[in-house]
Amino acid sequence: MTLDLLGFIALSIIAIVSAVMMIASRHAVYSALFLVLNFATIAVLYLLLNAPFIALVQITVYAGAIMVLFLFVIMLLGVERVEESPGLPYQGPVAIGLGFALVLLFGFALLPRGEGAMGQIAEGFGSPAAVGRLLFDRYLVPFEITSVLLLVAMVGAIYLAGVPSRKEAE
Amino acid sequence: MNVPTDYVIGLSAILFVLGVLGVLVRRNAIVIFMSVELMLNAGNLAFIAFARSFEALSGQVFAFFVIAVAAAEVAVGLALIVTIHRARQSIDVDEVRALHG
Repeated sequence: MTLDLLGFIALSIIAIVSAVMMIASRHAVYSALFLVLNFATIAVLYLLLNAPFIALVQITVYAGAIMVLFLFVIMLLGVERVEESPGLPYQGPVAIGLGFALVLLFGFALLPRGEGAMGQIAEGFGSPAAVGRLLFDRYLVPFEITSVLLLVAMVGAIYLAGVPSRKEAE
Repeated sequence: MNVPTDYVIGLSAILFVLGVLGVLVRRNAIVIFMSVELMLNAGNLAFIAFARSFEALSGQVFAFFVIAVAAAEVAVGLALIVTIHRARQSIDVDEVRALHG
């Protein structure tokens, strides 16, 4: 039981418990905060997997922008006070059983491949310079398309938010 | 970190299944959306783990694109939820399942 494995197990427990609490919490703000904890834990896992740039992108974009957006909308709509309608009575246990079956299915599909231990890694793997070189070299077209995608999303969100038309003002 | 790749993929699978459970069991549209984000993160974790295992940086670049696309999707999805709430005064997916109106 090396220190690496102990650290990984501790992080996995935090990630899984925060995910379960996110799903089970009846209060939407608590769910969002548990999800922030989950994202931060996954970011630490990225750090340990030699991906420092992606770890900080995760914290900046996911925990810092997306979850803030979620909290804005939760508080804007005031839905944290809303009681959820009761679902089908047996839905909980059946869902947990089927979820367990899905995990077993993943296990059967992935484990025989047996990737095994991770080898040594080059210095500077996953550094911003290395990822940036790939982004602007091999993956330049997807990078530019992503920027167009973000523009489209911004236009769509503004339109859906309902810019009042001039006719209504008259 | 010298952890077998299988363990990290196992964690990714568990988180993915937890996301699926959240989508299936909850009826609050925002919590469903957050469970979808959990699923995306589980997929990202698998990408990063394999990038480390095969020493292929393309996995990290793809995870970067997944994060960017998720950000765009959240913007539009939350705008949709706000619009639906404005029209129906409810975001319970059991109550707003009719497409008309």
